[in-house]
Amino acid sequence: MGAGHAHKLYRHGHSPVHALPPHTKLTAVFAFVIVVVSTPREAMWAFALYALLLAAVAYAARVPAGFLLKRLLIEVPFVAFAVLMPFVAQGERVDVLGLSLSVNGLWGAWNVLAKGTLGVGASVLLASTTELRELLLGLQRLKLPPLLVQIASFMIRYGDVIADEMRRMRIARESRGFEARGVRHWGVLAKSAGALFIRSYERGERVHLAMVSRGYAGSMPVIDEVTASRAQWSYALALPSAALLVCLLGWTL
Amino acid sequence: MHVPDGFINAPVSLATGVVAAGAVAVSLRGARRELDERTAPLAGLVAAFIFAVQMLNFPVAAGTSGHLLGGALAAILVGPYTGVLCVSVVLLMQGVLFADGGLTALGVNITVMAVVTTVVAYAVFRGLVKVLPKKRRSITVSAFVAAVLSVPAAAAAFTLVYAVGGTTDVPIGQVLTAMVGVHVLIGIGEAAITALTVGAVIAVRPDLVYGARGLTAPLKLRVNGELVDAPAAEPVPAAARSTRKVWLAGLATSLVLAGFVSFYASANPDGLEKVAADKGIDAKTEEHATADSPLADYGIEGLTNARISGGLAGVIGVGVTVVAGTGVFWAVRRRRTSETCPASVRDASDVAENV
Repeated sequence: MGAGHAHKLYRHGHSPVHALPPHTKLTAVFAFVIVVVSTPREAMWAFALYALLLAAVAYAARVPAGFLLKRLLIEVPFVAFAVLMPFVAQGERVDVLGLSLSVNGLWGAWNVLAKGTLGVGASVLLASTTELRELLLGLQRLKLPPLLVQIASFMIRYGDVIADEMRRMRIARESRGFEARGVRHWGVLAKSAGALFIRSYERGERVHLAMVSRGYAGSMPVIDEVTASRAQWSYALALPSAALLVCLLGWTL
Repeated sequence: MHVPDGFINAPVSLATGVVAAGAVAVSLRGARRELDERTAPLAGLVAAFIFAVQMLNFPVAAGTSGHLLGGALAAILVGPYTGVLCVSVVLLMQGVLFADGGLTALGVNITVMAVVTTVVAYAVFRGLVKVLPKKRRSITVSAFVAAVLSVPAAAAAFTLVYAVGGTTDVPIGQVLTAMVGVHVLIGIGEAAITALTVGAVIAVRPDLVYGARGLTAPLKLRVNGELVDAPAAEPVPAAARSTRKVWLAGLATSLVLAGFVSFYASANPDGLEKVAADKGIDAKTEEHATADSPLADYGIEGLTNARISGGLAGVIGVGVTVVAGTGVFWAVRRRRTSETCPASVRDASDVAENV
């Protein structure tokens, strides 16, 4: 319990971006990503402008570039896929460094890389400036079904508990000299997974009983209603509006 | 595995989003029916379990390792509704928090990885359990087969989405071969782990495995030293449910698909037509008898806008099908009711009393 209680994805701070109500930020990020995805891929400069917009938000949120870039690494698997595209796509071909590449495939690779990276960047900024609990409140405010929000909040709350339980099981296995080397050891790992399921399910039953004994009757009481003023909305929506402007320019130019 | 932003174009992302939202809404209702007010904590903890078990690495050989995807496992352990719900929540949180999978691709991800995997796995599993003898071994065997099939099914579903709304012109046959080929291999690993895990849970807490609920031996009573079957509990009569909602939702979906989404369908002829054209099979085929009907080739004569014409043709097609189908259904039902009139009247009055 020595560590902070915030999730490691969250970066504590007091910037204006941190202070915005969560549902405005969620709306802004969703709108931004939709605008980015519907931009024509030929307008390369538009994507540079989007990246600049995100950089401006990161600056306002005082999120260092290194932190952001490290979290962008999550997109590596699909970068590999994008690199393959120019080789397998059809259409007219062009020679680059002695390799015959498809023009259409090159555009496709660029399209996925640019839009995917911008999407990941926006999500990373959202997660690093908004606390998990706030995000869930925001989702609830945005009229996600309350039951779904409750399930998500239990998943978030107990995700680390269950992952830690799994880690303890691994340590227990290793301290008894077990080392998983190949397919032959799957049985042991699967038994651990099965035990983990039983423990999770039984924990769920205990959690439910604890909740019932405290008066739970199917819905969570809403203690803090998040609200946003008009100024906060316009502040949050500045990002997607600017992006929309760029997008419209990209379609007309 | 997670589809990023920009991979599938905006209209198709939106359409799959609608499909995913519908599936989640249905499973919310289904899960609430099964778990009542325990839904939130139990589904939440199972989602946390799926999330954690996806981090468990299974070494394959020489430094490579794989991990569980969990759709089939969730379907068999907690049932299809809760399973879809848990995997969807995991995907939602991965998208929003970990930036794993694009936000606009959330619909695609949930449809392919949560809905298709879980539903296919559960359908296969259920079917096999019905056929195989009622033993523990058949549960694990069915789990294996269900998981083996669910992963390539998801790959095929992704290819379908890609064929309709992909942003790059990669030949679909190639995509399908590559995706399904790779995912058959992944599926075998997934199946082995799923079957082993289900087996491990069944050995300890068979009551927790949703898919093994039919396994319990019937209750016997010892009366005067003889074993007798316990009297079965009175079956609760099912409340007469209105099918109107289901009917309306189905109609709306098919209208949207036919009228709007069909525009984005591939302009190329379908696979059979394509093969036919390539091989010259169709050289001798005569024009279809209805070729000059106003709806020939899914377009409306006299409308030049391809989008409106195609969409309208789709809508009219759905309308005609619905009217024809309803007509047949009515005719059959009227005949059947006239044959068994007294019995059905009595049934109806029974139901009315019980309700």
